[in-house]
Amino acid sequence: MSKRKTPGLNTSSMSDISFLLLAFFLMVSSINSDMGLARRLPPPLPPNQTPPDVKERNIFVVKINSKDRVLFNGEIGDVSMLKDRAKEFLGNPNNDPNLPEKQDVFIAGFGGTYPVSRGVISLQNDRGTSYDMYFRVNNELAAAINEMRDELSNEKFQKGYADITEDQRKAIDQAIPIAISEAEPAKIGEQ
Amino acid sequence: MARFTGNKAKETPALNMGSMSDIIFMLLFFFMVITTMRESSLFVQIKVPQGTEVSKLEKKSLVSYINIGVPQKQYQAKYGTEPRIQLNDQISDVTAIATFVELEKMQRDESERNLLTMAIKSDQQVRMGIVSDIKQELRNAGAYRVFYNASKSGKK
Repeated sequence: MSKRKTPGLNTSSMSDISFLLLAFFLMVSSINSDMGLARRLPPPLPPNQTPPDVKERNIFVVKINSKDRVLFNGEIGDVSMLKDRAKEFLGNPNNDPNLPEKQDVFIAGFGGTYPVSRGVISLQNDRGTSYDMYFRVNNELAAAINEMRDELSNEKFQKGYADITEDQRKAIDQAIPIAISEAEPAKIGEQ
Repeated sequence: MARFTGNKAKETPALNMGSMSDIIFMLLFFFMVITTMRESSLFVQIKVPQGTEVSKLEKKSLVSYINIGVPQKQYQAKYGTEPRIQLNDQISDVTAIATFVELEKMQRDESERNLLTMAIKSDQQVRMGIVSDIKQELRNAGAYRVFYNASKSGKK
């Protein structure tokens, strides 16, 4: 009739085992958060299509040569100047006739039209350009566009670009598109 | 007297270790959830460029990686010292990109195939020639979404 007590299991080694498991997972996994710039490539050109005619005032040419030197519209420049030049070009605040035209586009998110710049930044690089330089130029252009979007968002919605809703963001993206065109690669220079 | 003042007071009670394992298991699950398994080991050395405008890569399941860089020391005898392309877990050529894109697309749901993003993880020192070739191949293969991997630089 006497109830026998079951002896307590010794579980102290259980924690050792789970520690081993923990250490194993820490080793084989990595907390990698991939960061970077997302871009869209244009679809391939049909073979017998002539490139569209674009007015000279609507193009801002950025060239990078194999020595990683940068040229803006024919003048030698530095990457640090690129952001301001790109903002000036895409924004064209004083409607300068040498800077790009604007086209009134109806944007639902604003409930009206907004003068969208027709300017395109044309990016050309040599085969010998380093990836680092290419990325820095892209980064500066992205910075210019992000700053302009932030300013417009503050003006329209009194909030930063990071804090607005998805629909509002779509409207802003429509008003300030990522107008970067990359030239078809030219087969010049050595790798 | 000795019976009452014996060594009973000096003995510390044994700690109950039973819940220790629960705590460790919780830690284990926490790490299992927040981390991802390393998919494939890298054969090439990569030091990604730095940028201020970088954003996070979303939808990891829709991303395929293209690694570009100089092969690591132990593989240099086999693959040389020129920058090479690594797709999944093998060193490949530019010409293999088209089939790689096809294979990656086949692995995804039909509805999500257009959303496939190719993450280009390239070393800083790589020349643009090889990257341009890859971009041309991707365009021809119909993979238009690209992502340039970089790390966030501290200064703004």
